[in-house]
Amino acid sequence: MSKLSLITKGLLKENPTFVLVLGMCPTLATTTSAMNGLEMGLATMFVLILSNIVISLIAPVVPDKVHIPVYIVVIATFVTVLQLLMQAYTPAVYKTLGLFIPLIVVNCIILGRAEAFANKNGVWDSALDGIGIGLGFTLSLTVIGIVREVLGSGAIFGWKFISGDGMLAFVMAPGAFIVLGYLMVLFNKIAKK
Amino acid sequence: MEFLLIIISAIFVNNIVLAQFLGICPFLGVSNKLSTASGMSLAVCFVITLATVVTYLINKFLLVPFGLTFLQTIAFILVIAALVQTVEIVLKKVSPSLYQALGIFLPLITTNCAVLGVAINVVTKEFTFGGAAHMMGLGEAVVYAFATSLGYGLAMVLFAGIREHLAMNEVPKAFRGLPIALISVGIMALAFLGFSGIV
Amino acid sequence: MAAKSNLINMALCLTAVCLVCAAVLGVTYAVTCEPIAAAAAAEAQASIAKVLPAGGEISEEIASDAEGVDGYFVQSDAEGAVTAYAVKSTTGGFGGPLTLMVGVLPDGTVFNTSVLSHSETPGLGAKCTEEKSGFREQWKGFAGALSVKKDGGDVDAITASTITSRAYTKAVTQAVALVQTLAAPSEPTVIPSEPTVIPSEATVIPSEAKESKTEEDHQ
Repeated sequence: MSKLSLITKGLLKENPTFVLVLGMCPTLATTTSAMNGLEMGLATMFVLILSNIVISLIAPVVPDKVHIPVYIVVIATFVTVLQLLMQAYTPAVYKTLGLFIPLIVVNCIILGRAEAFANKNGVWDSALDGIGIGLGFTLSLTVIGIVREVLGSGAIFGWKFISGDGMLAFVMAPGAFIVLGYLMVLFNKIAKK
Repeated sequence: MEFLLIIISAIFVNNIVLAQFLGICPFLGVSNKLSTASGMSLAVCFVITLATVVTYLINKFLLVPFGLTFLQTIAFILVIAALVQTVEIVLKKVSPSLYQALGIFLPLITTNCAVLGVAINVVTKEFTFGGAAHMMGLGEAVVYAFATSLGYGLAMVLFAGIREHLAMNEVPKAFRGLPIALISVGIMALAFLGFSGIV
Repeated sequence: MAAKSNLINMALCLTAVCLVCAAVLGVTYAVTCEPIAAAAAAEAQASIAKVLPAGGEISEEIASDAEGVDGYFVQSDAEGAVTAYAVKSTTGGFGGPLTLMVGVLPDGTVFNTSVLSHSETPGLGAKCTEEKSGFREQWKGFAGALSVKKDGGDVDAITASTITSRAYTKAVTQAVALVQTLAAPSEPTVIPSEPTVIPSEATVIPSEAKESKTEEDHQ
């Protein structure tokens, strides 16, 4: 596989949200606005790239039976590092995303990539895979965020283009499911052509 | 009275799947059939309640006294993983029939964010149930965790029922599978929105 | 691929990984410890400054066991006389706890309010966080009966969010009640003896309301 396709596959062919359908919880919960979606995507990407790199390095020496616990410890460490950094330098973002930052630990994308890619491939490829899948995830979250923000609050990246309220249901829980459902339909239509 | 409020709030008002978006992956994954959905719900119920008690105690008697609360995430996930393994081993020895019913779901539960989510929520968030805002005590935490997992089961079983009917219907090709499922959950969530504000 | 497992290398590997991770976390914690404390302090300072008149020394947080109040800050001028209080007040809103910072002058008038944390419905109750909204503006120097108009008071509720508005009002009431008990000894002329009795009855503060009406006109 060429180096470039390692990065681009995450955007379409192996898009983590619309094709692999992984990491649904943060996808639905944090996309109330485009900015929140983007921030959540970047936070996940940070952990994904670092854990992919470290796991590809240590995979050859980790005994088979304990590989899952070892990976979980590695991932949890990076998540905690991220938590501390965010609390220190971007406290406002940390407050908005709340519970879903620690929950990156159990995001199936990260353990999934460790199992499916990083433990069989070199450091360089694993890092690229992390970037590719991370970009795909960030992009999907941002798109869902944009749609929900436009419909729900009549704004885009915080810039309001209508006065008054949008359709509030889209900012609330039901809107998340419905928007994701319809975007998936759209994605199926486009990708299958 | 207060416990009743906790239960209603956790099951209906702040339903873990439909309002808090926790545990969505297994929710979508195993809700194809009513039988697997109820099996999974039971397993989740068991693990969430147990995990919340253990993590609550660890937080209160280990992490907080030593000023190590920044290790919450890593400590909790390891405890949950170990707990799930132990439950699996014990169940296999003690009650093979129960193991057969729940066994296949147990490994999946480690990465179910509902478990970690509830454990973290209980020790970090303040709650108001009718009275003033406060951190939960152990008794409230147990009731809250159990009720939350009942809410999970409720959403799961209801949704499995809907999905069994969906499978028999003619659905446009692009909507088949997950998209139509997600849209149905959305409509269900809309219905649950009606409960908000009653507690 | 992965090495063969036996008890020794499993134990060694897990120990090594945990040690390394613990070291990494220890270092990160040591590095970020100060910025985290600074960020939290800056946030607290900013939220206090927002609800108090400019200038003056702000004290450390003082714990309180009054209903719904976690703690408060006292602002004093150069001579040490108290100029205002900032009270952290919590009630149950529509979706969960609603915590406000309420700036109260020693005579019991509200100076300004701000929302510290909430879980109200976006677009409805969450409007109470919008600084420029009419709901928030009315709290600047609020003087009137502390309950929403629907309940016979003077507070304009947020459209379609009466529960949030009631909770907000209750949080302010709690703060005012606390300040009245605090300021009571030094301000005997303004505050009659009964406001020391806290909440439920304190929703309407009659003598208070009349006196500070004029103040509102000035602003």
